[in-house]
Amino acid sequence: MSAVAYVHEQLTGKKEFPRFKAGDNVTVNYKIIEGSKERIQSFKGDVIKKQGTGATASFTVRKISDGIGVERVFPFYSPNVESVVLNKTGHVRRAKLFYQRKRSGKSARIREKRMAVATAAK
Amino acid sequence: MKGIIGKKIGMTSIFDPTGKQTACTIIEAGPCVVTQVKTKESDGYNALQLSFGEKKEKRATKAEKNHFAKAQTAPKKFSKEFRDSSLEKNIGETVTVDIFEEGDKVEVVGTTKGKGFQGVVKRHGFSGVGEQSHGQHDRQRAPGSLGNSSDASRVMKGMRMAGRDGGDRVKLKGLKVVKIFADKNYILVSGSVPGHIGSIVLIQK
Repeated sequence: MSAVAYVHEQLTGKKEFPRFKAGDNVTVNYKIIEGSKERIQSFKGDVIKKQGTGATASFTVRKISDGIGVERVFPFYSPNVESVVLNKTGHVRRAKLFYQRKRSGKSARIREKRMAVATAAK
Repeated sequence: MKGIIGKKIGMTSIFDPTGKQTACTIIEAGPCVVTQVKTKESDGYNALQLSFGEKKEKRATKAEKNHFAKAQTAPKKFSKEFRDSSLEKNIGETVTVDIFEEGDKVEVVGTTKGKGFQGVVKRHGFSGVGEQSHGQHDRQRAPGSLGNSSDASRVMKGMRMAGRDGGDRVKLKGLKVVKIFADKNYILVSGSVPGHIGSIVLIQK
Protein backbone atom coordinates (compact mmCIF):
# COMPACT_ATOMS: atom_id res chain seq x y z
CA MET A 1 0.00 0.00 0.00
CA SER A 2 1.27 3.43 -0.84
CA ALA A 3 2.12 5.80 1.97
CA VAL A 4 -0.64 8.24 1.09
CA ALA A 5 -3.18 5.42 0.99
CA TYR A 6 -2.03 4.22 4.40
CA VAL A 7 -2.37 7.67 5.94
CA HIS A 8 -5.81 8.11 4.37
CA GLU A 9 -6.92 4.80 5.78
CA GLN A 10 -5.76 5.83 9.24
CA LEU A 11 -7.44 9.22 9.01
CA THR A 12 -10.77 8.19 7.54
CA GLY A 13 -11.56 5.63 10.20
CA LYS A 14 -14.83 3.77 10.31
CA LYS A 15 -17.30 6.15 8.75
CA GLU A 16 -20.08 4.48 6.76
CA PHE A 17 -22.01 6.09 3.94
CA PRO A 18 -24.70 4.77 1.63
CA ARG A 19 -23.39 4.30 -1.88
CA PHE A 20 -24.52 7.34 -3.81
CA LYS A 21 -23.31 9.16 -6.91
CA ALA A 22 -24.03 12.27 -8.89
CA GLY A 23 -27.73 12.65 -9.65
CA ASP A 24 -28.89 11.03 -6.43
CA ASN A 25 -31.09 12.85 -3.98
CA VAL A 26 -29.61 12.82 -0.49
CA THR A 27 -30.21 14.33 2.92
CA VAL A 28 -27.04 15.37 4.71
CA ASN A 29 -27.31 15.71 8.47
CA TYR A 30 -24.57 17.96 9.76
CA LYS A 31 -23.67 19.46 13.07
CA ILE A 32 -24.04 23.15 13.76
CA ILE A 33 -22.43 24.77 16.76
CA GLU A 34 -24.29 27.78 18.12
CA GLY A 35 -22.35 29.19 21.01
CA SER A 36 -22.04 26.26 23.34
CA LYS A 37 -24.99 24.37 21.93
CA GLU A 38 -24.77 21.80 19.20
CA ARG A 39 -27.59 20.69 16.96
CA ILE A 40 -28.16 18.76 13.77
CA GLN A 41 -29.36 20.46 10.62
CA SER A 42 -30.23 18.71 7.41
CA PHE A 43 -29.63 19.71 3.84
CA LYS A 44 -31.62 17.91 1.18
CA GLY A 45 -30.78 18.10 -2.48
CA ASP A 46 -29.22 16.49 -5.51
CA VAL A 47 -25.58 15.44 -5.57
CA ILE A 48 -23.97 17.21 -8.51
CA LYS A 49 -20.38 16.22 -7.88
CA LYS A 50 -18.19 13.80 -5.98
CA GLN A 51 -14.49 14.58 -5.93
CA GLY A 52 -11.22 13.69 -4.28
CA THR A 53 -9.97 10.50 -2.71
CA GLY A 54 -9.35 9.27 0.79
CA ALA A 55 -9.44 11.80 3.58
CA THR A 56 -9.84 14.74 1.18
CA ALA A 57 -12.93 13.44 -0.64
CA SER A 58 -16.00 15.65 -0.75
CA PHE A 59 -19.33 15.96 -2.50
CA THR A 60 -21.51 18.88 -3.55
CA VAL A 61 -25.25 18.97 -2.95
CA ARG A 62 -27.50 21.40 -4.80
CA LYS A 63 -31.02 22.36 -3.93
CA ILE A 64 -33.46 25.07 -4.90
CA SER A 65 -34.37 27.09 -1.85
CA ASP A 66 -37.12 29.70 -2.34
CA GLY A 67 -36.35 29.78 -6.04
CA ILE A 68 -32.64 30.32 -5.49
CA GLY A 69 -30.12 27.59 -6.19
CA VAL A 70 -28.01 26.74 -3.14
CA GLU A 71 -24.95 24.49 -3.23
CA ARG A 72 -23.00 23.12 -0.32
CA VAL A 73 -19.78 21.16 -0.31
CA PHE A 74 -19.51 18.45 2.33
CA PRO A 75 -16.22 16.70 3.06
CA PHE A 76 -16.96 13.01 3.60
CA TYR A 77 -14.75 12.69 6.63
CA SER A 78 -15.52 15.95 8.38
CA PRO A 79 -16.61 15.27 11.97
CA ASN A 80 -19.45 17.71 11.34
CA VAL A 81 -21.06 15.50 8.72
CA GLU A 82 -23.21 13.31 10.94
CA SER A 83 -24.87 11.09 8.37
CA VAL A 84 -26.00 10.92 4.77
CA VAL A 85 -29.36 9.45 3.81
CA LEU A 86 -30.00 8.34 0.26
CA ASN A 87 -33.52 9.32 -0.79
CA LYS A 88 -33.65 8.68 -4.50
CA THR A 89 -31.33 7.28 -7.14
CA GLY A 90 -31.21 9.50 -10.19
CA HIS A 91 -30.84 8.52 -13.82
CA VAL A 92 -28.07 10.69 -15.21
CA ARG A 93 -25.45 10.24 -17.87
CA ARG A 94 -22.50 12.08 -16.41
CA ALA A 95 -20.47 12.26 -13.24
CA LYS A 96 -20.56 16.04 -12.83
CA LEU A 97 -23.94 17.71 -13.23
CA PHE A 98 -22.83 21.31 -13.59
CA TYR A 99 -25.40 21.78 -16.34
CA GLN A 100 -27.96 21.85 -13.56
CA ARG A 101 -26.82 25.36 -12.68
CA LYS A 102 -28.26 26.72 -15.90
CA ARG A 103 -31.55 24.95 -15.47
CA SER A 104 -34.58 25.67 -13.39
CA GLY A 105 -38.08 24.33 -12.94
CA LYS A 106 -39.09 21.36 -15.00
CA SER A 107 -35.85 20.97 -16.90
CA ALA A 108 -33.87 20.77 -13.66
CA ARG A 109 -35.63 17.59 -12.62
CA ILE A 110 -33.59 14.43 -12.49
CA ARG A 111 -35.33 11.27 -13.62
CA GLU A 112 -35.48 8.59 -10.99
CA LYS A 113 -33.73 5.35 -11.72
CA ARG A 114 -36.14 2.45 -11.48
CA MET A 115 -34.39 -0.71 -10.52
CA ALA A 116 -35.59 -4.08 -11.83
CA VAL A 117 -34.89 -5.49 -8.40
CA ALA A 118 -35.45 -3.11 -5.53
CA THR A 119 -31.88 -3.02 -4.24
CA ALA A 120 -31.65 0.70 -3.63
CA ALA A 121 -31.18 1.57 0.00
CA LYS A 122 -34.34 3.14 1.30
CA MET B 1 18.28 22.06 18.16
CA LYS B 2 17.15 18.62 17.19
CA GLY B 3 16.27 17.35 13.78
CA ILE B 4 15.70 14.44 11.45
CA ILE B 5 16.05 13.75 7.74
CA GLY B 6 12.95 12.78 5.80
CA LYS B 7 11.44 12.23 2.38
CA LYS B 8 8.43 14.13 1.09
CA ILE B 9 5.63 11.66 0.34
CA GLY B 10 2.64 13.76 -0.65
CA MET B 11 -0.16 15.86 0.71
CA THR B 12 -3.50 15.26 2.37
CA SER B 13 -5.74 17.03 4.81
CA ILE B 14 -6.86 16.36 8.33
CA PHE B 15 -9.83 17.44 10.42
CA ASP B 16 -9.67 18.62 13.99
CA PRO B 17 -12.56 17.72 16.34
CA THR B 18 -14.37 20.98 15.55
CA GLY B 19 -14.35 20.18 11.84
CA LYS B 20 -11.60 22.55 10.74
CA GLN B 21 -9.73 21.10 7.81
CA THR B 22 -5.96 21.57 7.64
CA ALA B 23 -3.86 20.78 4.62
CA CYS B 24 -0.77 18.85 5.58
CA THR B 25 2.25 17.20 4.04
CA ILE B 26 3.20 13.61 4.70
CA ILE B 27 6.92 13.14 5.34
CA GLU B 28 8.60 9.81 5.85
CA ALA B 29 11.17 10.81 8.45
CA GLY B 30 13.93 8.53 9.55
CA PRO B 31 14.91 6.26 11.08
CA CYS B 32 18.26 7.98 10.85
CA VAL B 33 21.53 6.60 12.12
CA VAL B 34 23.99 8.75 14.02
CA THR B 35 27.12 8.30 11.91
CA GLN B 36 29.37 10.86 13.53
CA VAL B 37 29.42 12.89 16.70
CA LYS B 38 31.41 16.09 16.33
CA THR B 39 32.62 17.82 19.44
CA LYS B 40 34.16 21.15 20.24
CA GLU B 41 37.41 19.49 21.28
CA SER B 42 37.97 17.39 18.18
CA ASP B 43 36.21 19.36 15.43
CA GLY B 44 35.84 22.90 16.73
CA TYR B 45 32.06 22.71 16.97
CA ASN B 46 29.34 20.44 18.29
CA ALA B 47 27.19 18.57 15.80
CA LEU B 48 25.43 15.31 15.17
CA GLN B 49 25.73 13.73 11.76
CA LEU B 50 22.61 11.79 10.79
CA SER B 51 22.31 9.48 7.79
CA PHE B 52 19.17 8.37 6.03
CA GLY B 53 18.10 6.19 3.12
CA GLU B 54 19.45 2.91 1.83
CA LYS B 55 22.31 2.86 -0.62
CA LYS B 56 23.40 -0.14 -2.63
CA GLU B 57 26.58 -1.66 -1.29
CA LYS B 58 28.25 -1.62 -4.71
CA ARG B 59 27.45 2.06 -5.24
CA ALA B 60 29.26 3.12 -2.09
CA THR B 61 32.86 4.22 -2.27
CA LYS B 62 35.48 2.71 0.02
CA ALA B 63 35.60 5.91 2.03
CA GLU B 64 31.84 5.81 2.55
CA LYS B 65 31.89 2.15 3.51
CA ASN B 66 34.50 2.72 6.15
CA HIS B 67 32.81 5.84 7.45
CA PHE B 68 29.51 4.02 7.91
CA ALA B 69 31.26 0.94 9.28
CA LYS B 70 32.29 3.04 12.27
CA ALA B 71 28.61 3.37 13.11
CA GLN B 72 28.08 -0.31 12.31
CA THR B 73 25.56 0.40 9.58
CA ALA B 74 25.19 -0.12 5.84
CA PRO B 75 26.02 2.80 3.54
CA LYS B 76 23.35 5.47 3.52
CA LYS B 77 22.22 7.82 0.78
CA PHE B 78 22.09 11.12 2.62
CA SER B 79 24.10 12.50 5.50
CA LYS B 80 23.43 15.79 7.20
CA GLU B 81 24.87 17.54 10.20
CA PHE B 82 22.70 19.09 12.86
CA ARG B 83 24.68 21.75 14.76
CA ASP B 84 24.45 21.90 18.54
CA SER B 85 22.04 19.01 18.70
CA SER B 86 20.02 18.72 21.87
CA LEU B 87 19.76 14.97 21.35
CA GLU B 88 22.10 12.95 23.54
CA LYS B 89 23.01 10.22 21.09
CA ASN B 90 26.10 8.16 20.54
CA ILE B 91 27.48 6.94 17.24
CA GLY B 92 25.46 4.06 15.80
CA GLU B 93 22.23 4.94 17.60
CA THR B 94 19.07 5.69 15.68
CA VAL B 95 16.89 8.78 15.63
CA THR B 96 13.20 8.34 14.88
CA VAL B 97 10.13 10.54 14.64
CA ASP B 98 9.67 10.04 18.38
CA ILE B 99 11.83 13.10 18.97
CA PHE B 100 8.80 15.20 17.96
CA GLU B 101 5.38 15.38 19.51
CA GLU B 102 2.05 16.26 17.98
CA GLY B 103 1.53 19.99 18.27
CA ASP B 104 5.22 20.91 18.08
CA LYS B 105 6.26 23.91 16.01
CA VAL B 106 9.00 22.81 13.62
CA GLU B 107 11.10 24.16 10.79
CA VAL B 108 11.23 22.31 7.51
CA VAL B 109 14.13 22.75 5.09
CA GLY B 110 13.85 21.65 1.50
CA THR B 111 14.88 22.43 -2.05
CA THR B 112 12.19 24.07 -4.14
CA LYS B 113 11.13 22.67 -7.48
CA GLY B 114 13.32 23.83 -10.35
CA LYS B 115 11.45 26.16 -12.70
CA GLY B 116 14.11 26.58 -15.38
CA PHE B 117 14.84 29.92 -17.05
CA GLN B 118 12.02 32.25 -16.10
CA GLY B 119 11.11 35.86 -16.79
CA VAL B 120 10.91 38.58 -14.17
CA VAL B 121 7.15 38.31 -13.70
CA LYS B 122 7.36 34.75 -12.41
CA ARG B 123 10.84 34.96 -10.89
CA HIS B 124 10.61 38.26 -9.02
CA GLY B 125 6.91 39.06 -9.03
CA PHE B 126 7.16 42.06 -11.38
CA SER B 127 3.81 43.23 -12.64
CA GLY B 128 4.84 43.58 -16.26
CA VAL B 129 4.55 46.66 -18.45
CA GLY B 130 1.44 48.46 -19.60
CA GLU B 131 -1.92 47.16 -20.53
CA GLN B 132 -3.27 44.62 -22.94
CA SER B 133 -5.09 47.13 -25.13
CA HIS B 134 -4.94 50.87 -25.98
CA GLY B 135 -2.27 50.50 -28.62
CA GLN B 136 0.22 48.67 -26.41
CA HIS B 137 2.76 46.49 -28.10
CA ASP B 138 3.77 43.01 -26.95
CA ARG B 139 5.54 44.03 -23.72
CA GLN B 140 3.13 42.62 -21.14
CA ARG B 141 5.75 40.63 -19.24
CA ALA B 142 8.82 42.78 -19.90
CA PRO B 143 10.94 44.06 -16.99
CA GLY B 144 10.79 47.74 -18.05
CA SER B 145 13.67 50.12 -17.39
CA LEU B 146 16.86 48.76 -15.85
CA GLY B 147 17.94 52.06 -14.34
CA ASN B 148 19.09 55.63 -14.96
CA SER B 149 20.58 57.18 -18.07
CA SER B 150 23.90 59.08 -18.21
CA ASP B 151 24.25 59.50 -14.45
CA ALA B 152 25.51 56.07 -13.69
CA SER B 153 25.74 54.87 -17.26
CA ARG B 154 25.59 51.35 -15.99
CA VAL B 155 23.16 48.87 -14.56
CA MET B 156 23.26 48.67 -10.78
CA LYS B 157 24.49 45.49 -9.20
CA GLY B 158 21.81 43.14 -8.03
CA MET B 159 19.27 44.35 -10.62
CA ARG B 160 16.62 41.67 -10.75
CA MET B 161 16.40 40.11 -14.17
CA ALA B 162 15.29 36.91 -15.86
CA GLY B 163 17.20 33.72 -15.13
CA ARG B 164 17.19 30.35 -13.49
CA ASP B 165 14.34 30.06 -11.04
CA GLY B 166 13.64 27.52 -8.34
CA GLY B 167 15.94 24.88 -6.96
CA ASP B 168 16.73 27.00 -3.91
CA ARG B 169 17.19 25.81 -0.38
CA VAL B 170 14.24 27.15 1.57
CA LYS B 171 13.45 26.96 5.25
CA LEU B 172 9.85 27.18 6.39
CA LYS B 173 9.36 28.15 9.99
CA GLY B 174 6.46 27.61 12.30
CA LEU B 175 4.92 24.53 10.71
CA LYS B 176 2.93 22.44 13.13
CA VAL B 177 3.32 18.72 13.63
CA VAL B 178 -0.25 17.59 13.06
CA LYS B 179 0.11 13.86 13.43
CA ILE B 180 2.75 11.19 13.83
CA PHE B 181 2.53 7.56 12.74
CA ALA B 182 5.47 6.24 14.70
CA ASP B 183 5.21 2.64 13.48
CA LYS B 184 5.53 3.77 9.85
CA ASN B 185 7.86 6.71 10.53
CA TYR B 186 5.37 9.14 8.98
CA ILE B 187 5.05 12.65 10.23
CA LEU B 188 2.35 15.06 9.06
CA VAL B 189 3.19 18.76 9.14
CA SER B 190 0.73 21.55 8.44
CA GLY B 191 0.81 23.24 5.06
CA SER B 192 3.06 22.61 2.11
CA VAL B 193 6.75 21.86 2.05
CA PRO B 194 9.29 22.88 -0.63
CA GLY B 195 10.33 20.37 -3.25
CA HIS B 196 8.87 17.64 -5.36
CA ILE B 197 7.55 14.34 -4.08
CA GLY B 198 10.44 12.11 -3.05
CA SER B 199 12.75 15.01 -2.30
CA ILE B 200 14.77 15.17 0.87
CA VAL B 201 13.65 17.51 3.62
CA LEU B 202 15.00 18.27 7.05
CA ILE B 203 12.63 18.65 9.96
CA GLN B 204 14.11 20.46 12.90
CA LYS B 205 13.04 22.17 16.05
